[in-house]
Amino acid sequence: MSAVATRSRAMPSWLRRPSPLWLAVPGFVFLAVFFAYPVAQLLSLSISPPEGGGFSLAAFQRIANTDVYLRVLGITFKIAGNTALWSLLIGYPLAYWLARMPEIFRGRMMLFVMVPFWTSYLVKTFAWMIVLGRSGVINNLMTGSGLGTQPLDLLHNEFGVMVGMVHAMVPLAVMTMLPVMIGIDRRLVQAAQTLGASPSRAFWQVYFKLSLPGVTAAGLLVFISSLGFFIVPAFLGGRRETMLAQLIITQVQELLNWPFAGALAAMMLASALIACWIYDRLFGISTISGGSAQEGKGRIRDIGLGVLQLLATASSHLADLSRRVIGKRGNRLVLPVFAWLVIGFLVLPTLLVIPLGFTSSQFLEFPPPGYSLQWFETYFSSPLWISATIRSFAVAAATAFLATCIGGFAALALAHSRTRWGGLIFAFFLAPMIVPRIVIAVGMFYLFARLGLVATDLGLVIGHTVLAIPFAMVTVSAILKTYDMRLDQAAATLGANRVRTLAYVTIPLVKGGLVAAFLFAFITSFDELTIAIFVSGGIKTTLPKQMWDDMILQLNPTLAAVSVVVFVIVTSLLLLAERFRRAS
Amino acid sequence: MTVPGSKAPPKLVVEGLCKRYGATTALEPTQLSVPEGEFLTLLGPSGSGKTTLLQLVCGLVELSEGRVIIDGRDQSDTPVHQRDIGLVFQHYALFPHLTVAENIAFPLKMRGRSSAEIGKRVADALGMVHLGHLAERFPRELSGGQQQRVALARCFVYQPSIILMDEPLGALDKKLREHMQIEIKRLHRESGATIIYVTHDQEEALALSDRICLMNHARIEQLGTPQEIYERPRTAFAADFIGISNILRGTFVAADGERRLETSYGRFSLPAGAVASGEGGALVVRPESLRIDAGAQNRVEGRVKEIVYAGSETRLIATIGDSELMTLRLPAGEVVPTLGETIAIGWDRDKAVLVP
Repeated sequence: MSAVATRSRAMPSWLRRPSPLWLAVPGFVFLAVFFAYPVAQLLSLSISPPEGGGFSLAAFQRIANTDVYLRVLGITFKIAGNTALWSLLIGYPLAYWLARMPEIFRGRMMLFVMVPFWTSYLVKTFAWMIVLGRSGVINNLMTGSGLGTQPLDLLHNEFGVMVGMVHAMVPLAVMTMLPVMIGIDRRLVQAAQTLGASPSRAFWQVYFKLSLPGVTAAGLLVFISSLGFFIVPAFLGGRRETMLAQLIITQVQELLNWPFAGALAAMMLASALIACWIYDRLFGISTISGGSAQEGKGRIRDIGLGVLQLLATASSHLADLSRRVIGKRGNRLVLPVFAWLVIGFLVLPTLLVIPLGFTSSQFLEFPPPGYSLQWFETYFSSPLWISATIRSFAVAAATAFLATCIGGFAALALAHSRTRWGGLIFAFFLAPMIVPRIVIAVGMFYLFARLGLVATDLGLVIGHTVLAIPFAMVTVSAILKTYDMRLDQAAATLGANRVRTLAYVTIPLVKGGLVAAFLFAFITSFDELTIAIFVSGGIKTTLPKQMWDDMILQLNPTLAAVSVVVFVIVTSLLLLAERFRRAS
Repeated sequence: MTVPGSKAPPKLVVEGLCKRYGATTALEPTQLSVPEGEFLTLLGPSGSGKTTLLQLVCGLVELSEGRVIIDGRDQSDTPVHQRDIGLVFQHYALFPHLTVAENIAFPLKMRGRSSAEIGKRVADALGMVHLGHLAERFPRELSGGQQQRVALARCFVYQPSIILMDEPLGALDKKLREHMQIEIKRLHRESGATIIYVTHDQEEALALSDRICLMNHARIEQLGTPQEIYERPRTAFAADFIGISNILRGTFVAADGERRLETSYGRFSLPAGAVASGEGGALVVRPESLRIDAGAQNRVEGRVKEIVYAGSETRLIATIGDSELMTLRLPAGEVVPTLGETIAIGWDRDKAVLVP
């Protein structure tokens, strides 16, 4: 009795029963130093005058006074908004179709959504340049089949940008909406019909209403992600589609105007935060992480329900009309046909790159006049490409290890802790996914310049780890959610201490999730361009950075060969990660 | 047959109704006629086809063959929302984005009723299930029993031709379930609605139904009043599924100028009027028909294996032969044998039922 008393006096309670939240501390510190601090620094930089000291809004005044910048801001909002709109319009039917499918089939179909999502933006953009170019696939088909004589201008205009952006964002929209739709009890639609609602009323007034949290969350995520795009507008857009992130890159890389780049980045971050704030006012931010939507009261709710009723009436007339034109069977085919078309839109352009990698021609013609391995030989015999590839692998491996440890422990901490700050901590770890990458990259460059980390592999690893932590944490969290915590309690009653419980029970059981998290983090780093542009300093180039430099100079078949290599590596890692995730 | 209101024209007629999914048959071709105002229970184990039959009647599942006739009109091809049928779901299926009052108003709105009428009828329906004070709440703020009552009100409020209930009490605990059974009985009596009720709980079926439609292996096993099904089961399955039955299998033999059933426990006389067709059959005897009686006409020797005291009665479980168990019910006040004692278990031959 006295021994117990002495021991408990010797050890303070937080040491005897340490809170699980301590596991999240390393990640918290890491993100505070390499993410929160540089971003905050960047924001403060934007309001300090170039000479140093004092407080100045000069940079913002310059934005406000220069027509060009305001126009770019307007263009950025317009493109991001349109991208969100089209991604929802195209993604919703696909997600709806997938949600109604049996689980096994849906899992397989999801790969058609996941693969384009994880495929490098550079590869995707390269593919669209080949498809949409003046002598590209579409124009070739058009003129070849005699449908048109003049090649269409599909590239370097708004159309090209929208195609590239929507193609990149539909997977994100689908992946955000799908869990909400799967969670909707299908019997509610049946109930509405037995109560006398026609199929279109049952859909709009029950199913669509209940899927709205997913729709709005997808819209917000797509909008915010789109704000930071620069690869797609740089290659698929013209001068009039210049977006904010491109301006930031120019300011930093060519004009070395830090405060102004900071001001532009601050503006982008502010727009993202305002979008989040408006979303929270309207729908409640918790719906993004799957919380239930708050049901509004009063007039706004009545208006919303009224709008749905109008939509229902309109669509039921539309359904009647199409039934008269294409018949009842035809009507039933509309959804699957549309879904398959969207899947084709997502998957096919990237696949077109593969034959081009094997072309025997000196040019990127489609179809290739003959096949050869010469461009792969060029790639494998180029010291520049190979050293970039090796660096990418090494950096990605180190990043994946770090991110899995940090993210995994954070997920474990949150799963075990019952703190009311859980949501906030989760959001903090997720923030690098939400804050536009270009903002993080610029802030990080500034910090690294002072720490001497620019143009070092360590700098790249740190930068990529910041970006990969959210993916690793979300993956491990999802596995832990299905993990029965009573097994830990059982291990404890059987005499295992906390470390042994972790080593012999928890980790073996969530192993698949950890491997999946590792692979997702690996792909995140392997594909990453934004940080690489700033941190690699032109010397320590990675594979995506080398691709970017080449694409800016000139399109050549070596790029197609490299794209094939990147596509194959990323796709096989992704399929592997999915297998591990599912097995767990 | 003592079917209430059997002179009234049938509310629902099901003709050769059948459902196949590829090679598997969810419902064999089935005939069924339900008179107006009847409370019919579809009873059976899971996978017996009862829910399929229900879904075919309301049109949620497309039929493979046959016809569904409601009020004399063929409704086989009518879409769900035009069938004028009410369905109460197992997990209520209340719309989470609508309040209690809006949930109940939903079917009336779909039928384009005036808002004055909707207001009045919703208030009536809420009163009927004693939930007037919860009209503005959302479903998730209610208890399971309250949600169930909202689901009932949403169904009764538009007075559909037929009300279908798919294991509506399945999610409730025993006490609440018994309370809701009484509630449903009252609603049935007050509204005079025709109700088809699916359950796998035989006690619930006995307590609620005018008639029970016992289903097994995707077809109707037996259709009749609770009393008929309990006292005159037509198959061993029917006997076994409803109540406790002692079933003795054997072959027919001729002895002493009459046909008897030869089993491994002895030779028993058949009940009067029983048609002994085929090679053999089984005798079904309910526990309350058995008694300890060495002089009975039909009797077997058994050893008392378990004694269960249940207040109003005492249940004896006895081993006969090597392994077969028999259950007896002794009314309170009778002398109870001791554990392990060998007793003579007997019954009047007319208290038994012969099934194939």
